[in-house]
Amino acid sequence: MKSGGMDPVLSTVRLTVREAVHTLSSSEDGGCIFSTLGSLKRYLGETENPALPEEQEEFARIHFSTFLRCLVGKLSPDWLELLPDGQLEELWASFFLEGPADQAFLVLMEAIEGAASPSFRLMKMARLLARFLSAGRMAAVMEGQCRQQMEPAFPLLQETLLSKVVGLPDHLGNRLQRENLAGFFPQNYFPLLGEELLRALQVVVESLRGGLDCSVSFLSQVLGKACVHGRQKELLGVLVPRLTALTQGSCLWQRVCWRLVERVPDRAMEAVLTGLVEAASGPEVLSRLLGNLVMKSKKAQFVMTRKLLFLQYRYTTPVLQSLLGYLAMDSQRRPLLIQALKELLETWGSSSAIRHAPLAQQHYISKAILVCLAHLGEAELQDCRDELLASLMAGVQSHLDSSLPAVRRLGMIVAEVASAQIHPEGPPLRFQYEEDELTRELLALATPQPAANSPSEAGPPVAPVTAETPNKETVSSGGPQAQSEGSDSELDSDDEFVPYDMSGDTELRSSKAPVYVRDCVEALTTSENWERWEATLWALEGLIFRSPAATQEVSVELAKVLLHLEEKTGVAGFEGLRQRALVAVTVTDPVRVAEYLTTQFYALNYSLRQRMDILDVLTLAAQELSQPWRRRKPPQQGPPGPGPQPGSPATPAWRAVVEERIRSKTRRVSKGSAGQGPAADPNKFNSVAGYFFFPLIQHFDRPLVTFDLLGDDQLVLGRLVHTLGALMYLSVNTMVAVPMGKALLEFVWVLRFHGDAYVRQGLLSAVSSVLLSVPAEQLLADLPDELLEAQSWLADVAQKDPDEDCRTLAIKALLLLEKLRDKLLPPPPP
Amino acid sequence: MPLAPGTSHTSDFAGRSWSEAWTEGRDTPGDCILPSMAPPPPPPDPQFVLRGAQSAVHALHFCGGAQGQGQPLLLSGQGRDLRVHVWDLAEGRNAIVDSVCLESVGFCRGSILACGPQRWMLAMPGKGGDEVQILEMPSKTSVCSLKLEAEARPGMPMCLQLWQADSSPLPLLLAGYEDGSVALWDVSARKVCSRVACHEEPVMGLDFDSQKARGVSGSAEKALAVWSLDEQRALQVHRTHQLTNPGVADVRIRPDRRLLATAGWDHRIRVFHWRTMKPLAVLAFHSAAVHCLAFATDGLLAAGSGDQRISVWSLYPRM
Repeated sequence: MKSGGMDPVLSTVRLTVREAVHTLSSSEDGGCIFSTLGSLKRYLGETENPALPEEQEEFARIHFSTFLRCLVGKLSPDWLELLPDGQLEELWASFFLEGPADQAFLVLMEAIEGAASPSFRLMKMARLLARFLSAGRMAAVMEGQCRQQMEPAFPLLQETLLSKVVGLPDHLGNRLQRENLAGFFPQNYFPLLGEELLRALQVVVESLRGGLDCSVSFLSQVLGKACVHGRQKELLGVLVPRLTALTQGSCLWQRVCWRLVERVPDRAMEAVLTGLVEAASGPEVLSRLLGNLVMKSKKAQFVMTRKLLFLQYRYTTPVLQSLLGYLAMDSQRRPLLIQALKELLETWGSSSAIRHAPLAQQHYISKAILVCLAHLGEAELQDCRDELLASLMAGVQSHLDSSLPAVRRLGMIVAEVASAQIHPEGPPLRFQYEEDELTRELLALATPQPAANSPSEAGPPVAPVTAETPNKETVSSGGPQAQSEGSDSELDSDDEFVPYDMSGDTELRSSKAPVYVRDCVEALTTSENWERWEATLWALEGLIFRSPAATQEVSVELAKVLLHLEEKTGVAGFEGLRQRALVAVTVTDPVRVAEYLTTQFYALNYSLRQRMDILDVLTLAAQELSQPWRRRKPPQQGPPGPGPQPGSPATPAWRAVVEERIRSKTRRVSKGSAGQGPAADPNKFNSVAGYFFFPLIQHFDRPLVTFDLLGDDQLVLGRLVHTLGALMYLSVNTMVAVPMGKALLEFVWVLRFHGDAYVRQGLLSAVSSVLLSVPAEQLLADLPDELLEAQSWLADVAQKDPDEDCRTLAIKALLLLEKLRDKLLPPPPP
Repeated sequence: MPLAPGTSHTSDFAGRSWSEAWTEGRDTPGDCILPSMAPPPPPPDPQFVLRGAQSAVHALHFCGGAQGQGQPLLLSGQGRDLRVHVWDLAEGRNAIVDSVCLESVGFCRGSILACGPQRWMLAMPGKGGDEVQILEMPSKTSVCSLKLEAEARPGMPMCLQLWQADSSPLPLLLAGYEDGSVALWDVSARKVCSRVACHEEPVMGLDFDSQKARGVSGSAEKALAVWSLDEQRALQVHRTHQLTNPGVADVRIRPDRRLLATAGWDHRIRVFHWRTMKPLAVLAFHSAAVHCLAFATDGLLAAGSGDQRISVWSLYPRM
């Protein structure tokens, strides 16, 4: 092959090419050009009398590119019309379409890049490239690279080729702008590239079958680069289903496929693997496509066991299942699964992660843990049981400490499932939580897939958690019960009988309740007669409202008794009764009782529960005072939820009210209509707001022995912040709103970087309350600096806060601020 | 439609109109109601309240307007004078025309069954405390007395209901006893057909739907029992329905057999869908135990209570 320069064959070729180039550049005679080109075509083979193989090779190796460039140079409308019917053009194009594909492709791309922007030549070349693509020549380009690997490669050439192959849509898009052809759109090009890649792979498989050595390295690079460019969906969408089918029965195909992924450069490995995991339809398929890749490639292992599990969390549950299922399918890979579980549990339980990671990520990690557990057998878990249990228990603790209900619930679900799996002989953990779509999804994950050869065939004894059916005799809420009764009835036509509200159907107290408020104090403190005690509790609220004057005489005493009252007899709805009675006392004698309650909030020796009760009572009382027209709702019967958990009693109504109000405001802003402030209502809260608000806000930074708001007791701090915000909101149209707003903004400023999301949520809604309640003019006149500071903080939170609710609240507050400004400063004329 | 309580009555149309009651019971629109749950309508108010009875009301009966000529009202033990009076109510009169002497003092109400024009059969507690006596009225001739065997120990009869099956004119008697059992007597054969234990406590009231062959009884305990009668005249407890508070003084099935009402010692009237036993309403109006219930043929419900009031309700008017 490598013969001397004096070889007669080679000089013949050189001579012919030189003559042809000369003819092309000088001749205006169509026939002459045609025959010259025709004679050169012999070197491409496929004619009646092809040239000798050595001549063909020589032509391809040395002269082809030069000749093509010359052809490109001749391209003009006049030149093409030297012969009729486009004969010349056809012949001209055939050199590009039939000659060595890689060179033709490079010259085409070069010509397209070199052509003046909108020009005849550019369009001609672009159309030719489109023909080149549709003729399947791209497969030929790639095949060529697979074979050439035996020679000392031209890394530079390959690199250029690679970037042109993958970057084709970009190049063409840039050159052609609006004239771009549909075939070059990425959404069309990459599926085509996928097809061509498959055809190249097919050739590789064929030649391997024929005993020829081949390399898929170039294909891997194309795959990798396309994926790095973010074209996983288009490319793998074509590739994966076909490869799934092809690898089904063929070991050769499987090996080629494994090799293809293995040879992907490290920098592209992540893009390729994420794409593959997403596109593969299950763990079996993934296992077929990847083989034991995670054991061979460090990078792949990192991506699969760390990146996809810990650093990213956007993948859907099926993706997570196929990823972890893949790890579980082979005995070599199972240690990785156990390792992953350990690390997942550790991350799950880290209190810092719980505080700082977005909820979606915590949810994702929880899902991953449950999927891992479903795959692992008892024996495997046994080996590292202590370690797992330790992280689990720490994690449960940290989750239950969180002030966000969603986080607590994650903790409960994972703890239930994981403890049952890791420690099956131990007493089962049971928590009470509301069942919704999310919990059902999580619990469903815990049951192992029917998937084939996972050794953990012993299903975990995870009983589906059923909501406890309320005991019909004692539970007093008649509504849902009535429905469940009715549902088992046969189909009938006269079920148009709509049940009335039966919530008033409670157990009858036989004992006589006291008739005077003063007697209630006595009845509640001396407690020999339980029935009387209960009856008093039931009657108290009504009694207080009927006799305000009598109540005022004993108000503080009564509040004290109620605040210290403990549930002794298991009376249904004790908390609610006590709270309503306290609210009633506070509303009846606001100044004295509020004074008492606020001092008690910072006093020694109260439980967190009592302190939070104080906050709730103050909020509810303030709400009642500020809205005297609001008809008192009939007392809600029965405990709101199954278990007394701190922080979770149904979100107080005021919060919904505030949110609703903010939402309506926000909408109004976006509509661009000039809304006016809240309607001016008589506000009984006006004269007493200060008694509620200032004592609460003054002492928060003075820790007591048993109570440290800025330390461990952040749940109470969160409640305090929410309460202050609510009090602020309820003080709309009052005189004291301005100093309150000022104090609250200062308070917010101090705490703005608090680590707990619940506290931050409270701060943000407090800012919104200030914006809603303090008149706009006053805000700008009295608190301009505070507002500016708040604005920059809000903008920061809206962008960077890990908690989604915080971001939303910040945006709402920003919108309010914006609206405030628009109201005061009419927008400049456009 | 005249309504005849045990004592003289005055009408007091103090009840509010339907629509008023509706709007008043609603929450103000500002209240936030969870959107997912359409709240059930608030419980209705009585249509009328009849006051001025001046003593507890223990028995109620709607007198049919058309054939009401001389329709007597029978009443037992009201004044503890051991007498059942026959009243003449025609044209608004209320005069005692006759009396029957009782032989024991108890809580049991009598039951009458019309056997022909101006002829009635009266069932009432008999002597010895555990007998039921059957009389023919107005002749006051004793037909028979029904007594269970001594070893059955049923205690006193607590409530009685005479009825006839659609198929045969022979009178049958359902009796609820002190031991919580309900017995079916064939009056003409003077033998008990079937007896079933429905409750742990004395049966306080029962009613029977002869068309569906299904009856219901209430007792001093916290549950209603629904029982059925099969072809062989055997009683069978079908299901029980738990209540919130113990004590049912009376149960009544509406004449159209679609509603069941119970009178509770807990001052409340409960309304159920009779076929499915689905609870429909709990009417908390009275301030003392409700003693008795009556349905008019057009579906109006009256309840008499220890608070000396009679409430009249119009629920689920017939379609």
